[in-house]
Amino acid sequence: MRGSTEVAGNSHECVAPRLPAGIFSPQAGRRIAFMTAYILKRLAIGAVTLVVASIVIFAVLEILPGDPARLMLGMNTTPEAVEALRHQMGLDQPLMLRYLHWASGMLTGDFGKSFTYSSPVRDLIVERGVVSLPLALIALALSASIGIPIGVFSASRRGKASDAAVMGVAQLGVAIPNFWFALLLIYVFAVWLRLVPAGGFPGWNAGIWAGLKGLILPAIALALPQAAILARVTRSALLEVLGEDYIRTARAKGLPRRRVLLRHALRNGMIPVMTIVGLQFAYLLAGTIIIENVFYLPGLGRLVYQAITQRDLIVVESIVMVLVASVVIINLLVDLSYPLVDPRLRHAR
Amino acid sequence: MSDTFDRDMPARLGDFVRAALANRSFVVGLAITLAIALMALVSFAWTPYDVADLVVSDRMKPPSGAHWFGTDHFGRDILSMIMVGSRNSIAVALVAVGIGMGIGVPLGCWAAARGGWLDEAIMRLNDIVFAFPALLSAIMITAIFGPGAVNAIIAIGIFNIPVFARVSRAGALALWPREFILAARASGKGATLITVEHIFPNIANLLLVQGTIQFALGVLAEAGLSYLGLGAQPPMPSWGRMLFDAQTRMVVAPYMAIFPGLAIVVTVLGLNLLGDGLSDVLDPKLRRRR
Repeated sequence: MRGSTEVAGNSHECVAPRLPAGIFSPQAGRRIAFMTAYILKRLAIGAVTLVVASIVIFAVLEILPGDPARLMLGMNTTPEAVEALRHQMGLDQPLMLRYLHWASGMLTGDFGKSFTYSSPVRDLIVERGVVSLPLALIALALSASIGIPIGVFSASRRGKASDAAVMGVAQLGVAIPNFWFALLLIYVFAVWLRLVPAGGFPGWNAGIWAGLKGLILPAIALALPQAAILARVTRSALLEVLGEDYIRTARAKGLPRRRVLLRHALRNGMIPVMTIVGLQFAYLLAGTIIIENVFYLPGLGRLVYQAITQRDLIVVESIVMVLVASVVIINLLVDLSYPLVDPRLRHAR
Repeated sequence: MSDTFDRDMPARLGDFVRAALANRSFVVGLAITLAIALMALVSFAWTPYDVADLVVSDRMKPPSGAHWFGTDHFGRDILSMIMVGSRNSIAVALVAVGIGMGIGVPLGCWAAARGGWLDEAIMRLNDIVFAFPALLSAIMITAIFGPGAVNAIIAIGIFNIPVFARVSRAGALALWPREFILAARASGKGATLITVEHIFPNIANLLLVQGTIQFALGVLAEAGLSYLGLGAQPPMPSWGRMLFDAQTRMVVAPYMAIFPGLAIVVTVLGLNLLGDGLSDVLDPKLRRRR
């Protein structure tokens, strides 16, 4: 796919401009049909993934040892009381029925009720999500805004001392566990410099600034190792593209290096970078489990961790499902945006 | 990849060693990896102090001549604990890679050899596993089956399976249309025999590189799980657990957090450098580009 001279059609300066494909041309018709098929196929795959994932999650958690009803009532209880509670919680119904009930409930936004918090799971997810989602988004923004420019810089100085130095630092960054980095950040910025709190979250009611202050160290801890990965991916994606003929053509006709790098190379090298950014968002969402425990943040990660230890099945199931769904949706969006970034993909392969 | 096919082993080995020794990443990565492995081996025979020794009078002593890395809250020698803990990290990550390769590679090769609906089914299954954030699922698995090193291995291993399936499928797919495979088919060999005799030796390079990367990720994942108390259980020392113990004592004894963390960083860095170096050395296409 890569390396065809047709790519040059991307940037109109490169070769003699091709005939523009009008909206009503037969070519455009084929393109729309292709795009529709592409989108439908991606959507179908996403939906199947979600259904299978929900079955897996439900099945895995059903084999959990320990009866939640018994667990809730503690040691001093009668079998009748346990039986009554099991009935009340719907645990005495057949497995299949409970799955259908759970799955159809989720589609309507009803995730059931938490055993330990005795409040609707949806409220819990919303309440904790307002901590985790901004955290993951800030971390993603940090990772992208640090990693991509560094990768571009490094690729543009390939082989020079600055490239080696930057990539050395990135290599180190990839090796750092984020929770250890978090401990170091706490030590320097909270214990030593006393600039930010060492942990905890005041809640958004305390004001946006106070909330952000509580999230900044966790976000940095999450983002830096990811930025290092992104820098490496961006660099190698760019280097791959920079070896192509159309780059030489662009340089040969006198376009400045900077322009070739940013306009021609970066755009064509964006696909692997976007894929990694999409995957990173999933990773960051899940990564909040450890980081939220380091910083004592009341987010989804901490909630799911506590729910697992307390055998609060419905909470675990729902949060895992929400996370898996967000991974699937994000990957879907990334997949669907490929043709926007890379016009080659708009044509049938 | 054409030069991976000839069977002139001595010349290939000589080329490989020469190229490897000229590659800085490879040399540094190999040195670090060997040093860590050596440290783990030595810990079986000797450590500066016994990690079971709880010397209350020596609690949280900063680094000194007697205790190079200081002592922890039970008076245990941190250097000794890091040495013994390396066994745990290496064992968990290594077996997890083994699980991933042992199941993933046959699956990937099978998908590539058969193609069609089987290929599609295996790869879609892969996608589903990929949709689960690995760390979250590892936490779920260890929480369900109980914390411990064995369950940590399984949890990390499961997520290595699709990685190896994908890599070996991609590698095998690129090989199937080649002439030498066609020749093998013409001589009447079946898909299984071709996979074992021709495909596998030719994707071993890719698997070695990916294995090194997954090893490094395994060390990181193990550290994360044992930090959450879901990996190796005390009194067995593990790097992640040491960091957990250090966290609440950071103000008084920051060195308790520094050294186990550095051990993780150095190990992962070494493995990543080794993986980078290997892929440069083993992939002639990349080698030419440098």
